[in-house]
Amino acid sequence: MAEVLVHVDHVDGAVRKPTLELLTLARRLGDPVAVFLGAGADTAAPVLAEYGAVRVLTADAPEFADYLVVPKVDALQAAVSLVSPAAVLVPSSAEGKEIAARLAVRLGSGIITDAVDVTAGDEGPVATQSAFAASFTTRSRVTRGTPVITVKPNSAAPEAAPAAGTVEPLAVTFGALATGTRVTARTARESTGRPELTEAAIVVSGGRGLNGAENFPLIEALADSLGAAVGASRAAVDAGWYPHSAQVGQTGKTVSPQLYIAVGISGAIQHRAGMQTSKTIVAVNKDEEAPIFELVDFGVVGDLFEVVPALTEEIKARKA
Amino acid sequence: MSLRIVVCVKYVPDATGDRRFTEDLVTDRESVDGLLSELDEYAVEQALQIAGSADDAEVTVVTMGPADATDALRKALSMGADKAVHVEDDDLVGTDAPGTSLVLARAIEKTGYDLVVCGMASTDGTMGVLPAMLAERLGVPQVTLLSEVSVADGLVTGRRDGDTASEQLQAALPAVVSVTDQSGEARYPSFKGIMAAKKKPVETLDLEDLEIDAAEAGLEGAWTTVEEAVERPARTKGEVVEDEGEGEGAKQLAGFLADRKFI
Ligand SMILES: Cc1cc2nc3c(=O)[nH]c(=O)nc-3n(C[C@H](O)[C@H](O)[C@H](O)COP(=O)(O)OP(=O)(O)OC[C@H]3O[C@@H](n4cnc5c(N)ncnc54)[C@H](O)[C@@H]3O)c2cc1C
Ligand SMILES: Nc1ncnc2c1ncn2[C@@H]1O[C@H](COP(=O)(O)O)[C@@H](O)[C@H]1O
Repeated sequence: MAEVLVHVDHVDGAVRKPTLELLTLARRLGDPVAVFLGAGADTAAPVLAEYGAVRVLTADAPEFADYLVVPKVDALQAAVSLVSPAAVLVPSSAEGKEIAARLAVRLGSGIITDAVDVTAGDEGPVATQSAFAASFTTRSRVTRGTPVITVKPNSAAPEAAPAAGTVEPLAVTFGALATGTRVTARTARESTGRPELTEAAIVVSGGRGLNGAENFPLIEALADSLGAAVGASRAAVDAGWYPHSAQVGQTGKTVSPQLYIAVGISGAIQHRAGMQTSKTIVAVNKDEEAPIFELVDFGVVGDLFEVVPALTEEIKARKA
Repeated sequence: MSLRIVVCVKYVPDATGDRRFTEDLVTDRESVDGLLSELDEYAVEQALQIAGSADDAEVTVVTMGPADATDALRKALSMGADKAVHVEDDDLVGTDAPGTSLVLARAIEKTGYDLVVCGMASTDGTMGVLPAMLAERLGVPQVTLLSEVSVADGLVTGRRDGDTASEQLQAALPAVVSVTDQSGEARYPSFKGIMAAKKKPVETLDLEDLEIDAAEAGLEGAWTTVEEAVERPARTKGEVVEDEGEGEGAKQLAGFLADRKFI
């Protein structure tokens, strides 16, 4: 059976969930071969094997952490030469898309980004994507070279399927461009203790209606009562009320949770682009004309400063 | 020596319009009014700021797009760019990302550059891959997705805010940069700027000028194909209640969430 390369996204060997989703999708196309770059392969390999990796190609070198993107492209290119895969799957993170972009140009291959599903087709993998702020769903295929496909988080439920996961060192020769862009400092983002925005089953987002950073604890309390992640509109982020990493929308994260609660958010097209494929949508807004209400399964027209604290209490009471 | 800055800007269908696909399943660029991609305004802004802090600099805006794409160039010129290059050819309809990067790389090389500045993504395709592809094709460092950027002494430095960490980056010129919408609001063109833009030079190039074979671009040359585009059914609006006070709205909402097993 053909092999399919999966680029592993990890933090010091802790494999991030989207990679497990990719391994799950890769099994539809062939035998997954994981490419693990950087330190921590010992921790990662058993996990990758459990989710179906027949082989785990590993390479570790300071270049992977000290320089931007290109060293990883060099490594993936080496893996492609070694394996001649039927496709290369890469998580759709900012870095993942850039790695995929350069790899595609090098291989002379077509590239599909931000797939939300991948299936096997007669003429190669078929990728499902959302277009135009999720108002269209498209199905596309790569027609030249080795298909390079980046896949969004939450595109499949990770399913364990134990395989050999044989660890094999990957020989990588870095090209002249590998050391072009130096990472001179790195500050890790502090964990909030809440679920990852793109992976959460429930997301509660606040917008300009919150009227100040000092009111975001209202959103956090509601989120915590539901075990949810916290999101924000760009207006709230631009005002400095919440970090950009929490922004939902076209220039932030795309989320597709079971439940999305929009609080004090009008529902501009760029915000909808990041949340309108959520299964259930709920909104609280004092303006009954707000476009967000066009999307909701349930909406409350009212003052968030009254509705949200009362809702949090009600949820806690019901859960108690 | 003058710092030669090239800004890549895209002319895109207005996101607030009713965007669709053509029968050939490529983006319909006719039925909805176009404009300079808002995310590329940030690129123009940063290019102008970098030019402003250099001893001597020249900012050229480049676009690949249909005839109307000159509107996007004019807007960038009215913001303060010095000149423009428009790559236009009937054979470019339906070009995919690798093809676009080939065309833009050739146009940039022909123009001459020390620094290329791009937006973080185009607002129609939203791939965010072009800057990395350009760097690959041009064989220069990529310093991308910056929320802060500066150029001094032949070096680009910037801050890249990622999912798990914020990174400080550095590379030597020539380089390709892309900037996010966190990099700072773009200026509005002044009346003077709009008048001046009318007289600024716009050079038009076609595939032959760039020595690119028509088979390498356009729908024929694309390395991907869209097999199907289906409009997602509009969400049906559910129940919307007015909060009557006394926690009534919250109770109703909690009831809905409980019915759906979220509580
Ligand atoms: C290129 C581009 C990219 C963009 N990307 C994004 C993106 O990724 N994400 C994003 O979110 N936006 C994005 N935007 C911005 C987007 O167009 C909107 O400006 C933004 O989403 C508005 O945020 P908001 O809904 O919080 O604010 P507003 O539109 O100001 O809405 C605030 C809402 O709060 C309600 N409200 C106020 N007070 C109360 C109260 N006490 N109780 C209840 N309700 C109240 C109001 O009725 C109003 O509906 C982008 C724009 C552009 C041009
Ligand atoms: N047709 C084009 N003409 C000029 N620049 C473009 C074009 N397409 C993309 N770009 C540039 O590449 C960036 C990323 O685009 P994309 O990879 O298409 O999302 C944009 O913000 C622009 O700076």
